[in-house]
Amino acid sequence: MEFIESVTITPFVMIAQDFPVFFGEVVFNGVLTGVLYSLVALGFVLIFKASGVFNFAQGAMVLFAALTLVGLMELGLPVWLAFILTMGAMVALAYAVELLVLRHLVNQPDIILFMSTIGLTFFLEGFGETLWGSNVKKLDIGIPDTPVEITGMLFNSFDLIAALACALLVTGLAFFFQYTPTGRALRAVADDHQAALAVGIPLKKIWIIVWSVAGIVALVAGIVWGAKSGVQFSLSLIALKALPVLILGGFTSVPGAIVGGLIIGVGEKIAEVYWGPAVGGAIENWFAYVLALAFLFVRPQGLFGERIIERV
Amino acid sequence: MTENGSALLNVNNIEVIYDRVILVLKGVSFHVPEGGIVALLGANGAGKTTTLKAISNLLRAERGDVTKGTIEYRNERIEKLSAHDLVTRGVVQVMEGRHCFEHLTVEENLLTGAYIRGDKKNFSDDLDLVYRYFPRLKERRRAQAGYTSGGEQQMTAIARALMTRPKMMLLDEPSMGLAPQLVEEIFGIVSRLNEEEGVTILLAEQNTNMALRYARYGYILENGRVVLDGEASTLRENEDVKEFYLGLSSSGRKSYRDVKSYRRRKRWLA
Ligand SMILES: Nc1ncnc2c1ncn2[C@@H]1O[C@H](COP(=O)(O)OP(=O)(O)OP(=O)(O)O)[C@@H](O)[C@H]1O
Ligand SMILES: [Mg+2]
Repeated sequence: MEFIESVTITPFVMIAQDFPVFFGEVVFNGVLTGVLYSLVALGFVLIFKASGVFNFAQGAMVLFAALTLVGLMELGLPVWLAFILTMGAMVALAYAVELLVLRHLVNQPDIILFMSTIGLTFFLEGFGETLWGSNVKKLDIGIPDTPVEITGMLFNSFDLIAALACALLVTGLAFFFQYTPTGRALRAVADDHQAALAVGIPLKKIWIIVWSVAGIVALVAGIVWGAKSGVQFSLSLIALKALPVLILGGFTSVPGAIVGGLIIGVGEKIAEVYWGPAVGGAIENWFAYVLALAFLFVRPQGLFGERIIERV
Repeated sequence: MTENGSALLNVNNIEVIYDRVILVLKGVSFHVPEGGIVALLGANGAGKTTTLKAISNLLRAERGDVTKGTIEYRNERIEKLSAHDLVTRGVVQVMEGRHCFEHLTVEENLLTGAYIRGDKKNFSDDLDLVYRYFPRLKERRRAQAGYTSGGEQQMTAIARALMTRPKMMLLDEPSMGLAPQLVEEIFGIVSRLNEEEGVTILLAEQNTNMALRYARYGYILENGRVVLDGEASTLRENEDVKEFYLGLSSSGRKSYRDVKSYRRRKRWLA
């Protein structure tokens, strides 16, 4: 009886108590984690759409990017230079992946491509640690980390800036896809490889572009996450959180990745803060998966999963 | 067949193997003169699509390989080039079964054809030209291609290829699954493209009747070999073609012996 009350009534009383201030803070916190999930999921979606590859290495790319950035900064480079060089490294990685992996595996079954990205995961994790060491590193990119008060709610200035930067990046990408010729070509390749080849769209170039974009997205996610919780091996596990986001948003949908990430980020924070006490906490760890599972029953193609066009 | 020098495209005795083992083309040769319309005819599985893909180099994406023979476009060997290289040289294929980009609008589909010609330019002149030939697409330009009709999709596919500014178009069964009236309309547009824009056409068709009305020269493929070729008018009058590909025959039912003589001739020609 007490339990039922603690699940059905208490949380709402808590929400009402100091609404909207505390609730607003909880939601914003969720938005910030959500944007990060969105970014990682976006990396998945881009590669999946353009090359049909489920890129298991997306999380490892986040780790690798963050490690490279920290490593370069530890060498004494200024933040901006380290950032540009890391971006260069991610683009170089895209070239390498195309040259050494994708090119040789065209037309192989999807599972083989998937396996090759598992290989890439181990390579990136190992290579990153060989290069930069395996101890936890602190990442400080010089963005102030001070409390800011907006309409009575307390925020952290770093979180605000990070959320803004992520939102800008996502908007920029959405614009790129919708309105530029290259974005159009990417969507064309995602729709029909063969037809794209037939009108002369160079698939290799497109792959390099999507892997580069995914690499840069990984870098931004790595910076934000790394600055909050240190750059360490667990960064690559963030990719596991992207999976429920993909199920929720649909594997082929850019808006789906964004909205899905936000829903899961906000949802798990709310669940943790208000429902956590009733079940003894740690809801954050499994909330996303349960939500995704429930979703699979209702709408397996995801919220925005591209409708499979079937004319009869 | 001696004026090879003046041909835009020369296919010399090519052999194509899929998956390293499946021999599909067993020595196919033909020529396409500049500004011409040439038809490749034949039943299901004869090797028409394979031949076109060998030229446009879409074959590799299907694990097919030209293992013997040569393909020359403007006296340049092209077997080793990529599909992208060929499109930049002016050879574009319109694939069998239309293959529109379903989630793109009709106009976005067209613009993907201009991708190889650079990012910066504005292609409104090209769009105007294309819409002049396909006024129906202009009406449907904002529609998602996946929801347009079969005829509109076929038009989109041809128009998209036109946006690459081709010198030569390889059309694979444009009549497939379309009502006779629409087939007529599409063939009419294609022959105008040939006359007014100077686009050389290589047409693969099962619809022998239509193809021979618009093409000037035809080759008949069977089992990966050319078994017969000639001027379109000659082929139309050929008794075997009438019987086997046009579904007509001058003398009513043919006897088994005639069929056998045709078989013999085929073997000899092959
Ligand atoms: N990717 C492939 N792998 C293996 N065999 C193939 C492949 N594509 C085609 N073939 C085989 O090659 C032969 C010729 O096929 P092709 O598609 O060229 O014929 P077609 O003349 O275009 O026929 P249709 O009129 O049905 O389109 C067929 O026997 C087919 O089974
Ligand atoms: Mg065919």
